[in-house]
Amino acid sequence: MNKKKSILESNVFYTLIAIAAGFLIGAVFLVIAGISPAAAYGKLLGSVFGKPKYLFWTLIYASPLIFTGLSVAFSFRTGVFNIGAEGQFVVGSLAACVLGITLRLPPVLHALVCVLAAAAAGAVWSLAVGILKVKRGIHEVLSFIMFNWIAFYLSNYVVNLEAIHKEGGGEATKDVLESARLLFPEGLRSALDCNAANWGIVLAVLAAVLIYIIIEKTTLGYKLKAVGFNSNGALYAGINADGSVLTALGISGALAGLGGAVQILGMSGRLSQFAGQEGFGFEGITVALIGSSSPVGCIFSGLFYGAMKYGGSKLSIVKAPSEVVDIIMGCVILFIAVSQVFRILFARFSKKKEA
Amino acid sequence: MGKTSHMDESQVVIQMKDIVKKFGDFTANDHINLTVHKGEVHAILGENGAGKSTMMNVLCGLYRPTSGQIFINGKEVQFSSPKDAIDIGIGMVHQHFMLIQPFTVTENIILGMEPVKGLVVDKETAKKKVLELSERYGMKVDPDAKIEDISVGMQQRVEILKVLYRGADTLILDEPTASLTPQEIEGLMEIIENLTADGKSVILITHKLKEITASSDNCTIIRQGKYIRTVKVDEVNENELAAMMVGRDVNFRVEKKEMTPGETVLEVKDLHAKDYREVEILRGLNLTVRRGEIVGLAGVDGNGQTELVEVLTGLRRAESGAVTLLGKDVFNRSPKETFESGISSIPADRQKHGLILEFSNEDNLILQHFEEEPYATKGFLNRKAIREHALELSEKFDIRPRGSEGAPAGTLSGGNQQKVIIAREVTNDKELLIAVNPTRGLDVGAIEFVHKYLVEQRNRNRAVLLVSFELDEIMSLSDRIEVIFDGQITGSVPGKDADEKELGFMMAGGKKNE
Repeated sequence: MNKKKSILESNVFYTLIAIAAGFLIGAVFLVIAGISPAAAYGKLLGSVFGKPKYLFWTLIYASPLIFTGLSVAFSFRTGVFNIGAEGQFVVGSLAACVLGITLRLPPVLHALVCVLAAAAAGAVWSLAVGILKVKRGIHEVLSFIMFNWIAFYLSNYVVNLEAIHKEGGGEATKDVLESARLLFPEGLRSALDCNAANWGIVLAVLAAVLIYIIIEKTTLGYKLKAVGFNSNGALYAGINADGSVLTALGISGALAGLGGAVQILGMSGRLSQFAGQEGFGFEGITVALIGSSSPVGCIFSGLFYGAMKYGGSKLSIVKAPSEVVDIIMGCVILFIAVSQVFRILFARFSKKKEA
Repeated sequence: MGKTSHMDESQVVIQMKDIVKKFGDFTANDHINLTVHKGEVHAILGENGAGKSTMMNVLCGLYRPTSGQIFINGKEVQFSSPKDAIDIGIGMVHQHFMLIQPFTVTENIILGMEPVKGLVVDKETAKKKVLELSERYGMKVDPDAKIEDISVGMQQRVEILKVLYRGADTLILDEPTASLTPQEIEGLMEIIENLTADGKSVILITHKLKEITASSDNCTIIRQGKYIRTVKVDEVNENELAAMMVGRDVNFRVEKKEMTPGETVLEVKDLHAKDYREVEILRGLNLTVRRGEIVGLAGVDGNGQTELVEVLTGLRRAESGAVTLLGKDVFNRSPKETFESGISSIPADRQKHGLILEFSNEDNLILQHFEEEPYATKGFLNRKAIREHALELSEKFDIRPRGSEGAPAGTLSGGNQQKVIIAREVTNDKELLIAVNPTRGLDVGAIEFVHKYLVEQRNRNRAVLLVSFELDEIMSLSDRIEVIFDGQITGSVPGKDADEKELGFMMAGGKKNE
């Protein structure tokens, strides 16, 4: 009975229900569109689990999402709302890309410099918003959204600079030098039959563990959470609230910037001109919500979202629109938001049974 | 305050029979009974969390009882919403007023039941009706004044009028005297008298035994959700009432040994500060607190107490003046600096300033020390030491329930939340302890406890500044009472032979011996 109760009260349980409900509603839309849900979902599953190399692609898709998920989750836990992970991701990838093309350094060092530069860029982008909040009282959500667009146009501007832009046309930058890439060694990649297999997922898991330790085990985490939960109480206890907000935003921004580095130095190898916002940062919000804002939860929800994105990209083979994935993810979030309703229903149900 | 009973024992207005209210597995009301007669003042007495509010929320239609019956004028009723209760003549005046600040008195009273003329509100009729009601029950109010401009006592009258306007025959008053001055309390007692003389019944929820003996005919005592008994107030004294409520004997007298105050710890000179509206609220305030004494700051809310404490604890910047602690300048320092130089405080708002409600109790107990040994080593929290510290303090300060060290502070009852703060601040053992309304909303058992620790701090030769809106508390604890009015100290009397009337007079702006 007790075990049953603890399951009924755990976030994971409701998250799983929400995911199931999301797939159910996705199926309804597929039927309306005249596509067999069985075929579409079969394809989705097959494209993720069909071959070992598919699983690696899932990891590649998941890595940047885990980073942006961590970024948003960390901001939630410390009482700010980083809706600007999108922009921080973009400036992170921009910094990594530019340095990856222009610097001449030995292999490991080059990659390291690019990764750190991306983290710094993300942190600076987020801190700018933090300073506006602390010094001028401007709500962070407003400035984050504007900074997302500034990052967007900044990136498109830099991509088209002569020194950076790909020679002979195209809509992208030159390729990042091999020395800056985060790819697995050539031999391993061909053994895995996956060209883009990279260290991103390892970095993402390490980052999640590090963030977990910061939040749960350190005085820094204590301080940031205290300010996040109750800034008046923290101030009363002598904690510098402004400093904490800036620290929290800096760390959050750095995480999103790292996501950008992993995407460029791991998977894509170059930065393309954007037609619209790519959405890694906004998908990070979804990842954080599905992961209940817990760093470890973000690993799993990031993997889930990565699988959906990768599998979804294959849906056109069965003539199903890949947007089905977006519908499913949207519904999942909706159901997580209303999971309180499920909770009440279960509580009623189990009480009736007892009586 | 003479008491005249208008109770008509032949007419039972309200009867609650065997009311049970469960929330999940928790039984908030366990077979509660209540009988109220016409013209009666009936007090409900019980500790925090005893189930008084639940009981009244059942009676005014907010909760549906799990079992039991309610009879109004002999007829069984079932409320499905507060509106049903209002329609049948039961009105509740909540402890926290529910008024719209920028609206006038009349607008607030008629809200939702506006008399109309065609499509517009008939303001003249409304005003006339409000004046008629207020005159009938001796409640002087200005029907055109805006709520934000009138005192707390006046706002309460508006709340009472609101209920009467809706045709209530029975009024439930929830902790009505919590923020009133002695004069305002006396005024309220007169209003209650007028109401019962007119045949209305009043149910009074309160912790204050003195008010019960002064105003009520009968008193129903509940403890831990259970009905204990109903007594005739004339047949019992305050000590007996308290013992029935707590379930043991309660010591009202605060035992204090004689002490001679020592050197000056806190000295405030000519302090000027503005409030949040940028209006000067502290206007040249002078105050000293010495070792081994409790100085009580008596005053009506809004005369600068809050701002004074905020300046002393570093939350507000003063305009000018001097503040020294043992000769050291602590004027306009940050909260951290004032704390480190020797000022600890029990804040007025425990949920806003005193605690991080989402944090566990053990984390709240180290709020100012989380970066220090033994609770942290090189930036990492030492969970074992934190837990041990919490276990020790829970034991010493009787924080209940036991074993809640890891539970969020928000899950504790108000009294136990206060105990967490007191445990922390008394253990900090600073030169000066500032306590602001330290027993607000606590029951007598918890009040006794808080008072004991304040006196203990004084006996250990620390300085204590007590800021409280409870005159009784100020009078029973203070060695010296300073009266604050309009941002200045307007009078000083020894705590020993302070006179309530005289203090009340001074708190309202009168000069001593005038």
